Amino acid sequence: MAGIPRQIIPLIVLFALVIAAFVAARQIFVPASFGKLGFYRADALKEASELEIKYAGAEVCSDCHYEISDLKAGSFHRKVSCEACHGPSADHVDSPDENLPFVPKGREFCPVCHGYIPSRPSGFPQILPEQHNPGKACMTCHNPHNPTPPHTPEECSACHRSIANQKLVSHHTTLPCTQCHNVPKGHRDNPRLIRAEKPVSRETCAACHAKDAKSPLEIPRIDIATHGERRLCWDCHYPHFPEGK
Amino acid sequence: MKTKMPKMLRREFLKVCGQKISGLAGSLAVLGSWQTLAAQEKDQYNPSEHNYAMAIDIHKCIGCGRCVEACKKENNVPLDASHFRTWVERYVIPEDGDTYVDSPNGGMDGFPELSKDMKVLRTFFVPKLCNHCENPPCVQVCPVGATYVSPDGVVLVDPKYCVGCRYCIQACPYGARYLHPVKKVAEKCTFCYHRITKGLLPACVEVCPTQARIFGDLKKTSSPLRRFFHFMDISVLKPWMNTKPKVYYGGADGEVK
Repeated sequence: MAGIPRQIIPLIVLFALVIAAFVAARQIFVPASFGKLGFYRADALKEASELEIKYAGAEVCSDCHYEISDLKAGSFHRKVSCEACHGPSADHVDSPDENLPFVPKGREFCPVCHGYIPSRPSGFPQILPEQHNPGKACMTCHNPHNPTPPHTPEECSACHRSIANQKLVSHHTTLPCTQCHNVPKGHRDNPRLIRAEKPVSRETCAACHAKDAKSPLEIPRIDIATHGERRLCWDCHYPHFPEGK
Repeated sequence: MKTKMPKMLRREFLKVCGQKISGLAGSLAVLGSWQTLAAQEKDQYNPSEHNYAMAIDIHKCIGCGRCVEACKKENNVPLDASHFRTWVERYVIPEDGDTYVDSPNGGMDGFPELSKDMKVLRTFFVPKLCNHCENPPCVQVCPVGATYVSPDGVVLVDPKYCVGCRYCIQACPYGARYLHPVKKVAEKCTFCYHRITKGLLPACVEVCPTQARIFGDLKKTSSPLRRFFHFMDISVLKPWMNTKPKVYYGGADGEVK
């Protein structure tokens, strides 16, 4: 102590007090787990993983409702989770008799997915609710767990509506789809398994549009040998709306 | 500071000691063999073994809004039209003019019909959510360390530590965060952290009827994301922001931002 000037000693004490106060404040204010994993409270991770689960997941449902899940597994709704329609049902799993899940009935719920919106991918089954059996509940004809309709729709537009809508306003409106597409018998019942055929060569269009074709005179003609060189017709013309640019 | 210790009788003290010793002996008996200990550790969830990500197949989205509803119900998100952890946008690209994007009530109650005089070139739905960036601007700006990237690659908010300064909401280029109107803390998509750590899927992925949302672990080769990356054209939102998002879009149009 002899070497230290007297006036420095209170300063050392003051510094020691400030540092002690800082360390004490850190001990009090910084949570215990802060900085363990990074610049955050590590316990927050545990707390985030302990929140309440409300959607039980489709696997639990099949433990009791195995008949329905077996039926659904062979249907077009096989990949639709139970809770997509029935709502959150974790409380139903905990006490099945007390908390009954939501059961959609009537005509309001199904068009949430199956009502026609042009933005939906073509090929996804859509209906116009005001035209499709108005007033009838969907469940009178379709079992939601196996929704294949009792009568497969006759018109192609039932599934290919956006294509049908476009063809409707084009010069090709009077042509049936089968004019160009060879549709095998099973395509209506198993659309993804048995595919309809698409034209593969220029001959399909040439049947009407070639110079020597036996078709009405008002149909525009081209020289099939030279027109468009070696491109396929649909590289430039959209067959469902040929006047489009 | 003086703290008053409650006075304890000798009898009470001995009683408490007895309880503690017997409790300790019981727990030691459970953890007695090291094999059971190892098994317990194996069952425990280890966050550093995972790196979660999501993929979205735009060709499959039908805009039904089930994901939006499921997210709100699972995570107690306010049910009004201005707070969303995930939402569905409808893109309408006309033959001429600017791209039109709408998302009425997040797409939860369907979409209104488009005006008849709109000449639509193409139109599709785009579900959006927090992109769980590898380089998240929201984490960088948080002044208190309340938002962070977890070891399993999920960007989370610590509600007990958040001071509600809204800086992260400003910083997010995807608009994925909101301030909870009652709790006054920032909230966002957590990939349903309480579900994925228990082996369940996030609520939006669980209810998606067309499997437009794919959830997986980038550290696992068996993840469904691998198949998606193999077959789809992958893009991310706003790649020029250098945020390195981990929500990958398949079949996204150039107009999607």
